Amino acid sequence: MHDGKQSERGDDAYAIRARGLTRRFGDLVAVSNLDLEVPRGRIYGFLGPNGSGKSTTIRMLCGLLTPSSGSATVLGMDVGGSTKRLKPKIGYMTQRFSLYGDLTVRENLEFIADIYSYPRGGRNERIAELLASYDLVDVVGQLAGTMSGGQRQRLALAAAVLHRPELLLLDEPTSAVDPRSRRDFWAKLFELSDAGTTILVSTHYMDEAERCHRLAILDRGVKVADGPPAELQENTGMTIIEIRAESPSRAQAELAMLPEVKSVTQLGVRLRVLVPLETAAPLELVTGTLSAAGLPAESSIVAASLEDVFVAVTSDADNVERAA
Amino acid sequence: MKSLIRLLAVMRKELRQLGRDRITFAMIVGIPIGQILLFGYAINTDVRNLSAAVADQANTHLSREFVSNLRHTQVLKIGQPAESPEELEALLRRGKISVGVHIPHDFDRRVLDSRPDAHLLVDGADPTILGVANQLVAMPIAFDTWTVAQPTQRGLEVRPYYNPERRTAVNIVPGLIGVILTLTMMLFTAVAIVRERERGNLELLINTPVSNTQLMVGKVVPYIGIGLIQLALIIGVGKLLFNVPIRGSVLDLYLAALAFIAANLALGLFISTVAKTQFQAMQVTFFILLPSILLSGFIFPFAGMPLVAQYLGEVLPITHFIRLTRGIMLREASLAELSNELWILLGFTIVAMTGAVMRFSRRLD
Repeated sequence: MHDGKQSERGDDAYAIRARGLTRRFGDLVAVSNLDLEVPRGRIYGFLGPNGSGKSTTIRMLCGLLTPSSGSATVLGMDVGGSTKRLKPKIGYMTQRFSLYGDLTVRENLEFIADIYSYPRGGRNERIAELLASYDLVDVVGQLAGTMSGGQRQRLALAAAVLHRPELLLLDEPTSAVDPRSRRDFWAKLFELSDAGTTILVSTHYMDEAERCHRLAILDRGVKVADGPPAELQENTGMTIIEIRAESPSRAQAELAMLPEVKSVTQLGVRLRVLVPLETAAPLELVTGTLSAAGLPAESSIVAASLEDVFVAVTSDADNVERAA
Repeated sequence: MKSLIRLLAVMRKELRQLGRDRITFAMIVGIPIGQILLFGYAINTDVRNLSAAVADQANTHLSREFVSNLRHTQVLKIGQPAESPEELEALLRRGKISVGVHIPHDFDRRVLDSRPDAHLLVDGADPTILGVANQLVAMPIAFDTWTVAQPTQRGLEVRPYYNPERRTAVNIVPGLIGVILTLTMMLFTAVAIVRERERGNLELLINTPVSNTQLMVGKVVPYIGIGLIQLALIIGVGKLLFNVPIRGSVLDLYLAALAFIAANLALGLFISTVAKTQFQAMQVTFFILLPSILLSGFIFPFAGMPLVAQYLGEVLPITHFIRLTRGIMLREASLAELSNELWILLGFTIVAMTGAVMRFSRRLD
């Protein structure tokens, strides 16, 4: 904090640094000992199921929740103290639509512009620019509460970026919109990222997580994987076997009994089987088991998808839950 | 400059939302008019037409004339005659009558000697009814052959100031301003912050550079105007329908109302920072509203309450405001003469507003 602003910006290649960030709610540990480094100008993803601590982490990073222990600096400022100077530099999109449903699109944007003290002179131009760029021109006079999920989400993003923040925190921004809107939304995120904005986005969609420059997988408040998606896919530590079987559910039951098999997931008529790399001849193990059970099947080793990564890093926790 | 723009932005937003909320908008006008009509007509301590029955066991010229006089007072509404005092008691018990008049056989002789002439059997459970029945005791009973009734000697003579016609509305309407403003001002602001929290708007707002003070002040200022409009409605209807005077200065009345509105808005905001849901905010509001009606001197004279209740009354803004309105409207007092009450209201405002701004957390934990 005692450093000048220039050096804060110049020296630090990371928009967010967190060390041992922890948040408890009573006995529940929502986020546990999280270390995080989010590089500037990149899209960083949080992937995890509901209750994995994504929202809690984002709320700690923007100063809405006080960390129980650990520390985090966001844009060079400590989030444990006053976050007053931080607020103008970040844009936050809440999981729930949090603009005013009983104000029109234009009124909402005007309100946000005034709240962020956007210069009066350029205000209307900026709003016009956002309306055009976020495809809101046709609904400018409509009450936000009467709009579709996709329109509301575009408005929320437009409002979050209106003041040109350095850092965007997006908490499950696409959970209430259709696939087409999600695709358009991500196109916008890449535009913003290209323009230099750092983006932290949480999601529980694999296809979205795949688009991030870097990804952290959270499971029950613990970071279980961290890296670029492609790298994570290469280093699952698992052999992935895809099986086409006539009766996939019976095949699944057979394979699940093998102690070597980490997990079996059914995808339509196919099965995806994860076997640790240590296991010798995994394909033979699987085909042998199935033919012994009299189940005809075609098996082959395939490349890991992000979903496989997710299953590989979180299944230990699943076992813990079953044992409990 | 920046903070002024933010403050104005919050105010403009609040007014726009208010303008779109038709039910709330209707309440702003509907509550004052509805309540003044209801209370203005319904609350009446000058009781008339008490249901009554007469058991006239004398049935003489004098007793019949006495009953006729009773009827003419309009205090009693005399229904079917009864046979005996026992029957009167039964009618009282069944709740058919509030007052039974028993005229004994020897009524004429009693009028001449010093014994009581007749009996009033009164349902004294309600002190107001008992008080009204007591007025009847002063009614003279005399043979019409006594042409000149002897003037009764009295030690004290009452000269009623400010409301010689004893119209209850004159006393009620100035207090009603306080009750209506308490209800609407406190309720609107009590739900103000909570509503934003419930709808999720607050999570966004506290992540913007808007300050607590800008948010709080911006949210309540529009309601000051609404409170003043309500005041105009109440004194207008009060004047038109109930002929309630404004003997003092209208400006003084508005200044007093301004201080009172501010106190209620600040209190409402404070509630808003304590309550978690709109429902809780409403409950707390009504928790304050009820004593505001009962302990403020609005209906029951302040002096008649036990000390503890008086202390409780003193910590309600409305108690001080009612003293101000009654003083200004009825007794032609100036604000300077009642300045104590004004300072107390301002004190309330400062304490509650400070508490609200301090309690309002910019964090969710």
